[in-house]
Amino acid sequence: MRISLFGLALLGLLAAQLPAQDNSELLSRMKAMEDRIKALEAELQALKGQAAPAATPAPIAVAPTPEATPPSVPPEPQPVNLGGAGPAASKALNPDISAIGDFIGAAGHGANRRIPALEMHESELGFQEVIDPYARADFFISFGEHGVDLEEGFLTFTALPAGLQLKVGKMRAVFGKVNTLHNHVLPWADRPLVSQDLVGGEDGINDAGLSLSRILPAPKGIFLEGVAQVYRGDSTNVFHAGKRTDISTIGHLHAYHDFSESTNFDLGASYARGHSPFGDGTNQLYGADLTVRWKPLRRAIYHSFVARSELVWARTTVTLPSLAFPSIAITKPFGYYVSGDYQFGRRWFIGGRFDRSQRGACLPTNPDTTPCTTPIPSTNLLQDTGGSLVLTYWPSEFSQIRGQLRRTRYGEGLTANELIFQFMFSMGAHGAHPF
Amino acid sequence: MTVSIGIRTLAVAMAVALGGVSHAAAKINLVTSTQDLAALAREVGGDKVNVESIAMGYQDPHFVEPKPSFVLKLQKADLLAVVGLELEIGWLPPLQTQSRNAKIQKGGAGYMEMSQYCQILEIPTGQVTRAMGDVHPQGNPHYWLNPDNGRRIAKAFADKLSQLDAADAAYFAGRYADFDQRLTAAEKGWVAKMAPYRGRKVITYHRSWPNFCERFGLEVVDYVEPRPGIPPTPSHTLELINIMKREGIKLILVEPYFDLRTPNSIARAVGGEVAQLMPSVGGVKEIANYFQLFDYDVNILVNLFQRVK
Repeated sequence: MRISLFGLALLGLLAAQLPAQDNSELLSRMKAMEDRIKALEAELQALKGQAAPAATPAPIAVAPTPEATPPSVPPEPQPVNLGGAGPAASKALNPDISAIGDFIGAAGHGANRRIPALEMHESELGFQEVIDPYARADFFISFGEHGVDLEEGFLTFTALPAGLQLKVGKMRAVFGKVNTLHNHVLPWADRPLVSQDLVGGEDGINDAGLSLSRILPAPKGIFLEGVAQVYRGDSTNVFHAGKRTDISTIGHLHAYHDFSESTNFDLGASYARGHSPFGDGTNQLYGADLTVRWKPLRRAIYHSFVARSELVWARTTVTLPSLAFPSIAITKPFGYYVSGDYQFGRRWFIGGRFDRSQRGACLPTNPDTTPCTTPIPSTNLLQDTGGSLVLTYWPSEFSQIRGQLRRTRYGEGLTANELIFQFMFSMGAHGAHPF
Repeated sequence: MTVSIGIRTLAVAMAVALGGVSHAAAKINLVTSTQDLAALAREVGGDKVNVESIAMGYQDPHFVEPKPSFVLKLQKADLLAVVGLELEIGWLPPLQTQSRNAKIQKGGAGYMEMSQYCQILEIPTGQVTRAMGDVHPQGNPHYWLNPDNGRRIAKAFADKLSQLDAADAAYFAGRYADFDQRLTAAEKGWVAKMAPYRGRKVITYHRSWPNFCERFGLEVVDYVEPRPGIPPTPSHTLELINIMKREGIKLILVEPYFDLRTPNSIARAVGGEVAQLMPSVGGVKEIANYFQLFDYDVNILVNLFQRVK
């Protein structure tokens, strides 16, 4: 009320001081001001109404009588969190990513296949993840000191009917054992001579193609698996596809049996066929492999023994260089290795390997053999023989130090005596490899 | 005529196929990664479920060889139950892939990661690196060593089996209720036996026992391994001896798959004892089920605690 009177007085004062104006404009402005005053009054009342309870005196605190005490309620049990940290703790939907370093050094006389004194031999990046409910994918990209290569990159269909499994992409062919293995899972710092001479060495039979496999029925708990693979037909020093029809094919039969819970064996037979890189014809490889393992389960982390052997027969078409009449011939080298590795401590392994392999004279190998200075017909077979002693130490599951004493007598009559040492290390989540 | 023969042949083929399916569906094939999970699955599955496990109770479950013979088990599995928390990361994934069995792939209808039903301890906070050893970034995977978690695992099995075989849901529920009752009674006994020793300090070889020790009131002060998965070093062993002498710790708990030389030498140095406890069902012949696992371990501990005051 006081505000309203004050407002009217103010209006009167203002009106007295205003110069003569249009009456209607003045009236409308007065009306607007009246409305504004009414609104302010209403707002003031509302505020008073809200503040009223606060103005009431606070009740005097009274100690509750014993009867008024509420019955004692046991404290709420602390909620138990079930489950570990979710997958988000380590990743969301990203693939498992890993990196593996492989550093190699060599000392001594290397004869005609030299390993550099010091080399960051390979850095492998792995990406592995489930794609959808029907498939998973694995990529392994290999960085050398001077280049990058897709070591493997394939899709695996895990939900096909009839127990089939299909792989599509670039992959290491299932020819024997060593050809399927990445460097970091080899029990040696190098690959056996038979692999270097006849199966493409470190690169091996590794090509783009399809692989279909199935577990076959077998008696007495034997695991029997058949694999059929078709590739484009390009694998350095093994197959060469000059045209689309020069595809290569691989067949592999693999049997596994547990003798006991500690001892088992693996037996494999392989066949590979493709266009020869050395002549107009085919290159055929026949392989047999045997692995026997012993690992007592109670002491599995301290002791184990693995014996391996692989035999390869090749029938390779070569073109014999001749200015007058180039002719085609078949060369038939054979090679094998036998090795054994014993784990004598949680982190210690000792092993040995004997190698023998024939090869066509002047035919390329991986690593490279010193080129022929005098032309020799490729059908002439040279024989390389070697032996290695290997000591491996694992500082942890994620690093490895290895020394390998290697003596090799090459077919050209040269002898190499070398010490190869290797440091390997891995980071990230590198998925386990098949047995 | 040809059409009718074709239809008849098809009908016979379907009948044979369906017959095969119904025969196969008579029992659920359950494969577990460890014998502990298998023991709990048997408690609720009874004779309606074929249960097989991969890792044996006396082997280190971190390091199992992915043998092709395991693929044959997984190929026929309706359910695969794993511990999870990356315990099996080094060996199980290639077996799953090789099994060609869509049901048991990660995320499949027949894939069960039991850790998600259980109370997990030692979940690392902050940055996790390999400098910490072979740590499990999602928490300690040895969680089955608390009976409360055993109960939760059994309940999860009962629910899943009922889902797969609704006709026998009452059977699984009944067996779970019975198991729960027996476990509650047994647990009271184990707790009562261990009660006099609550608060006792112990050393363990590996970080296998946080759930067990929490449940029965033991305090783990340090480990024989300087970091998870790293073998004992001389400097850490000396440090451990000093800690045990300073704090009056007399007992070292060791899993059956670890070498006893270092624990024995530590025990000799401090006048203590080494207890070879079993972390899993099947660790020794006497441990054929989940109850016997705790009976065995509690009895060993009680006897040793009485000796080393």
